[in-house]
Amino acid sequence: MSGSGSGDGEEFVGWEEKPKPYIFYKDRPEWSDVQPVPQNDGPNPVVCIAYTPKFQDVYDYFRAIVHRNERSSRALKLTEDAAILNPANYTVWAYRRSIINDLKSDLDEELKLSTKMVFEHPKNYQIWFHRMAIIDWLKDPGDELSFIASVLELDSKNYHAWQHRQWLIRKFNLWEGELEFVSSLIDRDIRNNSAWNQRYFVISNFKDINSTDIVESEVEYSLNKIRLTPNNESPWNYLRGILQSQCLYKNTSLRAALDTMVNNNICSPFLEEFRVDIIEEQLEDGIGNKDELLDVAKDILDNLSNTLDTIRVNYWNYRLKKINRQYSNAADVE
Amino acid sequence: LSAVQILITLDALHKMNVDSCVSYITSLQCKDGSFTGDRVSGEVDTRFTFCAVATLSLLNRINDTINLDSAVQFIHRSSNFDGGFGVRPDSESHSGQVYCALGTLALLGRLSEVDGDQLGWWLCERQLPSGGLNGRPQKLPDVCYSWWVLSSLSIINRVHWISKNKLVEYILACQDIETGGIADRPGDWPDPFHTLFGLAGLSLL
Repeated sequence: MSGSGSGDGEEFVGWEEKPKPYIFYKDRPEWSDVQPVPQNDGPNPVVCIAYTPKFQDVYDYFRAIVHRNERSSRALKLTEDAAILNPANYTVWAYRRSIINDLKSDLDEELKLSTKMVFEHPKNYQIWFHRMAIIDWLKDPGDELSFIASVLELDSKNYHAWQHRQWLIRKFNLWEGELEFVSSLIDRDIRNNSAWNQRYFVISNFKDINSTDIVESEVEYSLNKIRLTPNNESPWNYLRGILQSQCLYKNTSLRAALDTMVNNNICSPFLEEFRVDIIEEQLEDGIGNKDELLDVAKDILDNLSNTLDTIRVNYWNYRLKKINRQYSNAADVE
Repeated sequence: LSAVQILITLDALHKMNVDSCVSYITSLQCKDGSFTGDRVSGEVDTRFTFCAVATLSLLNRINDTINLDSAVQFIHRSSNFDGGFGVRPDSESHSGQVYCALGTLALLGRLSEVDGDQLGWWLCERQLPSGGLNGRPQKLPDVCYSWWVLSSLSIINRVHWISKNKLVEYILACQDIETGGIADRPGDWPDPFHTLFGLAGLSLL
């Protein structure tokens, strides 16, 4: 669903009629009172943008109305033309908002225009910001959650959509049901890092991330997903995040789950790194046999460097040196 | 930022009214320490923090202008459970934003406040088997991340955590044989943006 958004095409009015020809602003009688203002590129412009005549015409008139401080309904329409030609022009969007504010324009109509533009330019910062401003004015989330969901249908990792969703949820307290929404997205694509980020957002703000029950259930959730895709970075990062204030080696069910994966010959650099993290924790707290732990860590890290994740050999070597430096006897350190 | 960088590159900074530029930038800082991108919108993004801090640093006006502590606090609030940084608090970690966060902290001498090992690991995990770097977990590689990721690693002295050879291979594969420009991915059309960042990435290796 991509429109160029900047086409100079004519307005489509139906299969029967001839399309209405586009009339430049300079040729419109109702604009004859306005003196267009050309762009001032200075005396020796370099790397000039090759604007189309239509683009130049619209923006010459946009500059004119800004200079005159005109905030009328014709100015509003002009900003729409300008925004369609360059949706990234934040000056146009800001001026449009000032007109909307003055005229007390229909915000629901504005939201419809916004919807059209989001689908045409789903990664445009200004369009999303404008939408947030409109909803802020409306003071009503309406169907926004399902709108965002429909944008995520097209691109489940659309950064702007997720950010907008977070803003909406915080602003209007729409936490209820979000965890289920996140879970459904993870079910559809277990590797959707944005969904995992959103999960953390919900758990840490709406649920109690310090509650033992919540932590246990989130650990179980993560491990279940990890079992399905052991080489998926997202659930491993999430697991670490959920447990960041906790002592990993004391979590016996977690360790049992990881041991089972190892015994089942699951090959995953993330699993192996997690095992090293647990060993480091134990070494730091003086738990277990230091030499044995160091041996296991060395084996794991050697395996990572040489076989499992050779592209990051220097990182794994660093981990090995670090662990030896901190916990080996001086004689053992390379 | 770009304007100031160009003026400096062309030895023409003296032609600019530095004071008014500084007061403009200072006016963009919000109460919570974040920065907006302009005075008329109000959009907040860690990119704008970096732009503000970098510009003021280049102009040698970083002290006694903006509130440095609150700017840094906003950066920290934009950090995530995976060690990365997003556009604003709660937003997903993204290599471009990591660059902005690290750049800001580095310019303000506050790098020690970041866990270099954890962040370095998140950054080096951006490297895919093809050698290319992505911006977020499970996304496709893109040559521009050769800059965002590599410069971030460089700031924290961990460029060697990614495979240099494989990344070079990838960047060169993105170069279009006919035009010489560099594209986001092998086989795509080149453009100045990706050419700049591909070259910038190579310059760090």
